[in-house]
Amino acid sequence: MGVGIEVSNLNAWYGTNHTLQDINLNIPANHATALIGPSGCGKSTFVRCLNRMHETNPIARVTGSVRIGDLDIYADAKPVEIRRRVGMVFQRPNPFPTMSIYDNVAAGLKLNGFSNRRELDEIVEKSLKNSALWDEVKDDLKKKSGASLSGGQQQRLCIARALAVDPEVLLMDEPASALDPVSTSKIEDLIFQLKSQYTIVIVTHNMQQAARVAEKTGFFLNGRMVEFDSTHKIFTNPSDKRTEDYITGRFG
Amino acid sequence: MTRIRFQQSLEDLKENLLVMAGLAEQAIQRAIEAYRVRDLSICDLVNRSEIAINRMERDIDQAALDLLAMEQPMAIDLRFILSVIKINADLERVGDSAKSISDRVRSMELLAVADLPVDIPRMANLAADMVRKSLQSFIEGDAELARGVLTMDDAVDAMNRAAYKSLTKVMEEQSHLAAQALNALMICRSLERVADHATNIAEDVIFWVQGTDVRHHKSIAKAEAKSQVV
Amino acid sequence: MGTEFKMRASIRALTDYLATGAAVLSTILVVTPLIAIFVYLLIRGIGSLNLDFFTKVPAPVGETGGGMANAIVGSAVLLGMSSIIGIPIGIGAGIYLAEFGRGTRIANAIRFTADVLNGVPSIVMGLAAFSLVVVPQGHFSALAGGIALGIMMVPTVCRSSEEMLLMVPHAVREAALGLGVPNWRSVLSITVRTASPGIITGCMLAFARVAGETAPLLFTALGNQFWSTNLNQPIAALPLQIYVYALSPYDDWHRLAWAGALVLIVLIVLAVSLVRYVTSRGVLKGAS
Repeated sequence: MGVGIEVSNLNAWYGTNHTLQDINLNIPANHATALIGPSGCGKSTFVRCLNRMHETNPIARVTGSVRIGDLDIYADAKPVEIRRRVGMVFQRPNPFPTMSIYDNVAAGLKLNGFSNRRELDEIVEKSLKNSALWDEVKDDLKKKSGASLSGGQQQRLCIARALAVDPEVLLMDEPASALDPVSTSKIEDLIFQLKSQYTIVIVTHNMQQAARVAEKTGFFLNGRMVEFDSTHKIFTNPSDKRTEDYITGRFG
Repeated sequence: MTRIRFQQSLEDLKENLLVMAGLAEQAIQRAIEAYRVRDLSICDLVNRSEIAINRMERDIDQAALDLLAMEQPMAIDLRFILSVIKINADLERVGDSAKSISDRVRSMELLAVADLPVDIPRMANLAADMVRKSLQSFIEGDAELARGVLTMDDAVDAMNRAAYKSLTKVMEEQSHLAAQALNALMICRSLERVADHATNIAEDVIFWVQGTDVRHHKSIAKAEAKSQVV
Repeated sequence: MGTEFKMRASIRALTDYLATGAAVLSTILVVTPLIAIFVYLLIRGIGSLNLDFFTKVPAPVGETGGGMANAIVGSAVLLGMSSIIGIPIGIGAGIYLAEFGRGTRIANAIRFTADVLNGVPSIVMGLAAFSLVVVPQGHFSALAGGIALGIMMVPTVCRSSEEMLLMVPHAVREAALGLGVPNWRSVLSITVRTASPGIITGCMLAFARVAGETAPLLFTALGNQFWSTNLNQPIAALPLQIYVYALSPYDDWHRLAWAGALVLIVLIVLAVSLVRYVTSRGVLKGAS
């Protein structure tokens, strides 16, 4: 089951660049929340603050708090622990090139010491089914490498890999932007089904996608969160003029 | 400013709708004039207006559909196009009402002139005024002006009910005037319809400008009150 | 306008031909000496290749026959030792430079040191090993030779490992980190594994280089006319033996030197091919 995320006074810097300013929001559990905004507005940085991935950059710095469920992820836990509870799917599919499909899905578990063969088999099957990839690869699990699949399949493989670790939250940074429309639709349908089990946060450039999959949407601009409301409201009658200018394409 | 072509398309859509609106207003004015002077040639003009209105209704709907499909309008743009489609339909009905009135005038031409206890010209002017004001609110995007139109509808409804009472009385008591009275009643009904369409147009303008749906609020409130009592 | 365009087009075509021709010519110029050397060795050395060569130790001066069996075994021992010393240190340093120390002063110092070490003449390496191992021990030894060769392997292995690791796409690392895998585990199990084909190539390059080194062995392993695999004793080595025989006044020994040179090259080629074959079946199974 998913958990809610509470962000308070989040500020982030890359070196001297104040990338995120005073972000406050509550992301509801078992829903999909979309984050939209122009390039460079900070939405990707924000999402990476939710699983402390921004810390892989040595000049990154954060103040404020992020609570996932009951846990303050900065004060009460280590990055490695958080990332097992908060999974991430990236913009470009990135399966491990030297591993088979099976090993890719099992990677998160194997690399963390899990070794029970039978249980691994079950988890791999369940994850691939949950990411709508099982039927396409079930005969080649150990024979084909992760990198030999098509783009859309690779991305679903990455989703399966993230799900195998059984996270509570799934972060998706423009998961379909490198994919064709058919693959995009499959991913969107997937998100719809996954919502009931996980809390999903999806960054997207594509507003129609946000409208299709997310109940709530947040609009980021220049490092601030301008508006956060139900997707319906944002796209039919937003409260802030800047939001309206962005979604109607009247920028500048 | 980005999406210039789209902005231009929205402007063109608005312009075309206003041309059609002009035709509808003109049709009503002509119908009222035809009633006042009993001139059949003016009835012909009304018919021609109505045909032009019908053609424009199709063109405007097509243009709006294209914009929806091709441009993925959001928020205020989406509400605008939706309102245009609805106002389009209402204006076409206004044209139909004008034609109905002119048909009644033709019928009455064959009958003797009668002095009936209804002030059709006054009712007509009120209805025409509502149409004019609602279209003005559309041109200017003025939700307050539109709300003003909503309140005018009560007066027209009242006049229509009074006309019904007095004309049915005429039909009962002076049966040789029944035909004229019936025609007059139908004209009143058409005028009441015109007022309703003007109200719809005003409601659509409010939806476009403010994003709130104010339709049927009276009847919905009444039904809710009833269900609460029960 | 049209003719000018046509003229430019034909000049471009001509330039294209010339450039292609130059590239082909350069390739031929480079490959020819290689082939020439190999063919020459073949001609001069094949006659002296017989079973004795691979089984017998050198005959005493004046006698004919004998072989270089001890040198072949000695080289294998020395290369084994140098690999055990050079490869782990080299790869370890490469991993540090690429994954943990990027941008730090220490990393820059290490890289600089490796580059300098690469440029040190091999005889100086031999002298260094002489002072560090032979002098304190009081005698020449295979150990000293192995150490000298091992240190020579380190810079090549280190730099090529670093290059290969840096070429692993950032996305792959992120994928591992995003799964909650600790950094060290991600480096070892994912990054190193992805870069392993390249790292192995780097090791083989280093191996092929030191396999033919003679100068460092002059004051360390010294060479040995008899069977010996004792690490604390001087040991024979193929390049060393070739050097000694080639400079000698005996025709017999000259012939053995040619045969030795041929065998040395063939063995190196075989070793490299074997490693390629084995690794292509193992680590890279299924990928690309």
